[in-house]
Amino acid sequence: MALLQQAAEAAPALAPGGAVAWVWLAVALPLAGFLVNGVLALRRPQAKTAVSLIGTGVVVGAFLVAGAIYLQLRAQPPEAPLIVNLWRWIPSGGLDIRFAFQVDQLSTVMLLIVTGVGSLIHLFSVGYMHEDPGYARFFSYLNLFVVFMLVLVLGASLPVTFVGWEGVGLCSYLLIGFWFSDKANADAGKKAFLVNRIGDLGVLIAMFLIFWNLRTLDFVAIAEQAPVRLTAGGGIVTAMALLLFLGCAGKSAQIPLYVWLPDAMAGPTPVSALIHAATMVTAGVYLVARTNILFSMAPLASAVVAGVGALTALFAATIGLRQYDIKRVLAYSTISQLGYMFLAVGTGAYVAGIFHLTTHAFFKALLFLGAGSVIHAMHHAYHATGSHEDAQDMRNMGGLRRYLPWTFVLMLIATLAISGVPPLSGFFSKDEILAAAFGRGETNPFWKLLWGMGLLTALLTAFYMMRLLAMTFLGENRSGAAEREHLHEAPWIMTGPLVVLGLLSVVGGLLDLPHWLGGHEALGRWLEPGLAAANRNVPVVMPEGSTQWALLGAAVAVAAIGLLLGWRTTLAKPIPTAQAAPPERGFARVLFRKYYIDELYNALLVRPLVGISRWILWKGVDQGVVDGAAVNGSAAVARALGWIGSRLQSGHLGVYVVVFLIGAVWLLRALAR
Amino acid sequence: MLLGPPLLLSALLFTIGVAGVILRRNAIVLFMCVELMLNAVNLSFVALSQVLGLGGQVIVFFVMTVAAAEAAVGLAIILAIFRHTRSVDLKNINLLQG
Repeated sequence: MALLQQAAEAAPALAPGGAVAWVWLAVALPLAGFLVNGVLALRRPQAKTAVSLIGTGVVVGAFLVAGAIYLQLRAQPPEAPLIVNLWRWIPSGGLDIRFAFQVDQLSTVMLLIVTGVGSLIHLFSVGYMHEDPGYARFFSYLNLFVVFMLVLVLGASLPVTFVGWEGVGLCSYLLIGFWFSDKANADAGKKAFLVNRIGDLGVLIAMFLIFWNLRTLDFVAIAEQAPVRLTAGGGIVTAMALLLFLGCAGKSAQIPLYVWLPDAMAGPTPVSALIHAATMVTAGVYLVARTNILFSMAPLASAVVAGVGALTALFAATIGLRQYDIKRVLAYSTISQLGYMFLAVGTGAYVAGIFHLTTHAFFKALLFLGAGSVIHAMHHAYHATGSHEDAQDMRNMGGLRRYLPWTFVLMLIATLAISGVPPLSGFFSKDEILAAAFGRGETNPFWKLLWGMGLLTALLTAFYMMRLLAMTFLGENRSGAAEREHLHEAPWIMTGPLVVLGLLSVVGGLLDLPHWLGGHEALGRWLEPGLAAANRNVPVVMPEGSTQWALLGAAVAVAAIGLLLGWRTTLAKPIPTAQAAPPERGFARVLFRKYYIDELYNALLVRPLVGISRWILWKGVDQGVVDGAAVNGSAAVARALGWIGSRLQSGHLGVYVVVFLIGAVWLLRALAR
Repeated sequence: MLLGPPLLLSALLFTIGVAGVILRRNAIVLFMCVELMLNAVNLSFVALSQVLGLGGQVIVFFVMTVAAAEAAVGLAIILAIFRHTRSVDLKNINLLQG
């Protein structure tokens, strides 16, 4: 027993060699970038060339490290996750947390996405933010975000991951409220931060529960201990999984905590692309995949994850049908696609979830950056003519394909990819999720329902994305005659990253090309080692033969119908500009107002909370008890005592002498005894 | 030699001194009353040294020395008070009254 323990303690001490040992560099580089850019932001805000080079260079450097790590893992696939210990962080009794990074197949995938897509978005930002006075500040925040995102992804234990988890939340807050002089932006940042706190509380409690029951917080040890110490399907493991999922619902914007993400679009568009589409919001999916052993042991929690995912996917997609702000449509689309990912991981198809996470990172980043390019053009046009129209309202756009041909083609690719048109990336990942849900449905009809919701969502997705494309790029231009002159394509530093993302959106499906298309399910095999135990608990059943082809046909048909309907209905009649548009009526109004969920939360949660804070906590407890009884009360006691004491100081010498004499006589008597 | 009469005189002088300190308001008179008390004690020391040895007489010399110093300091204070308030009435000197 003692020998075993020694062996277990010695094992992590064997530091991995090669590029993996340099994994800290991937975090240190953006950290250095944050510090240098932060100093520049305070001292030399005009040094834009230096800021661009450093800000983008460090992320590209981190991407190179990630690439080297990937090549090493590919050459020698490790049997167990490689742990890189940096330092002992919290040694305290039975709790001994090392600040360690875990390099395995899953974290490497995320590492590549975060640094790869991150590099492209940093490049795009060089063009997009160039005129902004807060240029250096923007890049320092963006670098800091990459730091925390990598800590989140690489953390070898829950606390380390949680540091990254909170850190990306902070950066999200800072970047949503980047233009904080506008109160609405600052409010959106606060909303994101507060809503996320609710979820983070769940993660914290889950951590306590896990440590209490498993005596460890390291992911590797959790995977070892959970099957030994916990009963599958028991209350404890279900509670752990559900509490973790609460955190994931906050971070990844799922019902009921999704409300912050649409408002988060107040931030600059590259931020929406990087943080609120490609990376941070997928952290929840990543965490579920990371702790897959717990979720695979808790069928109820998994069903909740899949159910909430499917419901969110459908719910957000319906809202997306009636939004006019181009970024808001994309925001609801992101929520909807995240719902797909949770449907996948809740079904047990972790590979499909990570696959969709990857392809979504490509095409959604492309969509956001494309939208950024459009907004950039619209903003410049309105700026040139001094107009105060909304540069993000799609009703003011139209016909932009003539002015932004590159952006149009790339957005078209992304739209087809997200709609699931073969052979683009979104088709494969979405199909894998739907197939997994359908396969699970063979034994449990609940999953058939989820599959149906997923399919309906696919229809809506194709519809609202085509509507976005048609309103923005097709038809007649509605920007105004004077503005039309100024509409032009963005510089190459912005279009270049779009082209790369466009290519990735096209070929991303090759990552996990299924057998029946001559592929090798590369991603599935790559992720296999970390998912083996979970897949034994909940096997992924993929439909085969004719069922499979029928499913495929349904998915393609749904996408085609959605695209066609979206195209025809949007361009059926002329679209009035935002100024001239009549108010929405009927159910469209309910969708336009987002089912009044914000109003509902406001009435049910925010107002009572503010009321309790004001009337009970502030006026009652603070002003009444703390100020009244404690502070002023103790002062009153001291004053009363002082008053009694001061009465003795009458100022009459005679009185003093008499008192003195009485005392002296009394003392003498006492001594004489 | 009888101890009674000198001790009685000492007690009488001391009581007069105490009564003066309690009742009079003039700082100079009050000061003289303090001196009176000191000398009353001196008298009792001298009287008792008849019985208890010369130590009492030695102490009297010390008391007289200290009384001289005290007179110098006390009179200086009273003078300072007079310069400040143009009066040596204790009724007016009550700045530290509660």
